[in-house]
Amino acid sequence: MLFRGTATAAGSMVLVIIAAIAVFLVVKAIPAISKDTENFFTFKGWFTEGENPQFGVAATVFGTVLTGALALLLAVPVALGIALCLSHYAHRRVATSLGFVIDLLAAVPSVVFGLWGRDYFYEPITNFSKWLHDTFGWLPIFGSEGPYGKSILLGSIVLAIMVLPIVTSLSREVFMQTPPENQEAALALGSTKWEMIRTAVIPYGKAGIIASVMLGLGRALGETIALALTLGGVYAINFDFLGPGGVTIASNIANRFGEANELGRGALIASGLVLFAITLVVNMAARAIVYRRREFVGSA
Amino acid sequence: MNFKRHGILAGIAITATLALTACGSDNNETPGTTGSNGGSAPASTINCAKGSLTAQGSSAQKNAMDEWIKAYQQKCTDAKIDYQGTGSGAGITAFSGGTADFAGSDSALKDGDESTKATARCGGNPALNLPMVTGPIAIAYNLDGVKDLQLKPETLAKIFSGAIAKWDDAAIKADNPSATLPSTPINAIHRQESSGTTENFTGYLDKAAAGTWTLGKDKVWKGTGGQAEKGSDGVAGAIKKAPGTIGYVEWSFAKVNSLATAKIYNGAGEYTALTGAAAGKTVAGAKITGTGDDLKLSIDYATKEAGAYPIILVTYEIVCSKGTPADKLELLKGFLGYTVSAEGQAQLDKLGYAPLPESVQTKVAASVKNLA
Repeated sequence: MLFRGTATAAGSMVLVIIAAIAVFLVVKAIPAISKDTENFFTFKGWFTEGENPQFGVAATVFGTVLTGALALLLAVPVALGIALCLSHYAHRRVATSLGFVIDLLAAVPSVVFGLWGRDYFYEPITNFSKWLHDTFGWLPIFGSEGPYGKSILLGSIVLAIMVLPIVTSLSREVFMQTPPENQEAALALGSTKWEMIRTAVIPYGKAGIIASVMLGLGRALGETIALALTLGGVYAINFDFLGPGGVTIASNIANRFGEANELGRGALIASGLVLFAITLVVNMAARAIVYRRREFVGSA
Repeated sequence: MNFKRHGILAGIAITATLALTACGSDNNETPGTTGSNGGSAPASTINCAKGSLTAQGSSAQKNAMDEWIKAYQQKCTDAKIDYQGTGSGAGITAFSGGTADFAGSDSALKDGDESTKATARCGGNPALNLPMVTGPIAIAYNLDGVKDLQLKPETLAKIFSGAIAKWDDAAIKADNPSATLPSTPINAIHRQESSGTTENFTGYLDKAAAGTWTLGKDKVWKGTGGQAEKGSDGVAGAIKKAPGTIGYVEWSFAKVNSLATAKIYNGAGEYTALTGAAAGKTVAGAKITGTGDDLKLSIDYATKEAGAYPIILVTYEIVCSKGTPADKLELLKGFLGYTVSAEGQAQLDKLGYAPLPESVQTKVAASVKNLA
């Protein structure tokens, strides 16, 4: 009885804290939004000083989604390849130590990735950008004539490297849990190793893969300091990957919070609420997909 | 979702720490000098008091504050002063909220909400803006093979508004007839967050390049092109790293990173290199626009003074005219009395700031004496 009461109290405490945070955020955000002289959702700039504050989340939301999507596009194929290699191709001992290294990569603080991207990775990306522009300059996304360096490309690649270990270690776990019966059955039917993976391992792990990708996306959307250090911080909506550009909700908050006045802080908190809503939608979508797939997998 | 929230907070905390450490790292170069200064001037003007002060605000004056605090605490071992470069906005908020004993700010308190809250914090007494640190803003650039870049304010305005995109543009050529300019894109770097440096730089462009510069004077950057960096160290670092860049940054940061700085065409009709003396000439022409003990300064960016470097920044200490708790008051007066003294101001030159003109020094010192 006592234990039950304590457990219930502890459980509801979490809800109370979340509710308190949400109330606090909304209370801080509403006065700021009401003073906004532009549309909070469609305006691209962020000018919170002065008599007529104008700010909107359009450019930051766009940047958040774009860098997140690009990072996943780059990271997921590589991550799945590594995971399959570790679970089915590599020698047991090699796989264990490699898996450990991957997990270690996940434990590197994001600020380290950010500083590395800003100070070291910056140069190869600058040269790579030049090459991309010279070779594929006819594509609008590579059309920028420079200056190159801190761009959506740099931010997305750094982000991809950060997402990589999450997707890798989760999907590796999933692949390893494929029932040996399924795999042996496929092999017994005469399939090659690759055919076995395609017919037995991947279908079984589909839900897990989607879940791991969504978790990676969650990390990408909320990533703050690495992007604050590697994006160009330009409030525009375009698909120019190479020129100085890109800003995300989280990087905008990180870069502006210290110098913001009271209205500016309210505005940043309001943009945080938008990020909250986006991640909520992403998580719910992921749950829905995983839930539907699970039934399918369970019957298989 | 819980994780997300923590992520944001942690991110902010990390940035704050970063900003602090970034500011702090610049001061490591001069401890020896300070020590010897303190030692060689035993008959100094420092009035010691006991107690502790917490202050925060402008990161532009952080280097100066660190130097002053070090010198003051060396002399007065019972005093403990802490200044954090959290940013002017954060400093004013902390001051009004009562968590900072004084605030450093890149701009004077604004009439309206900001002043009302500060007055309320001081128990109904007005808060004062005391100019303490002035510093030149350098136009730092990184361009292979080009030394002694010279720029007119109109050209500067065009570069930063994006009207000029390449280094070999006719306008830049006209300012630099003898230089060989490459045909590479200009990467104009500005501050991402709201900043007193931006406010003073755009204020300068607004005055000196009126007509060409249409974005007005503002703390936040209103231009659309270019690249944004957080903090003075961010701007200086980006310029140092990439050829083809140009940006505005406090002189101390340009010095620490050994960046080339452009000569600026002043109101007297000459290209002036950035030196402490040249910036001092503009500071000397600044006028006090505050009333009574409040010493808000107004800078004449279009100064006609020969040899003056026109782009400068003034930062203030914001204190209560009356209503500072008794246990803090003596230390506050002692410390600010030292920072405004000739001895305190003399520390500034080597850090990349300019000392206050003597006439202003006297007035600030009088205001500090009147604090109660």
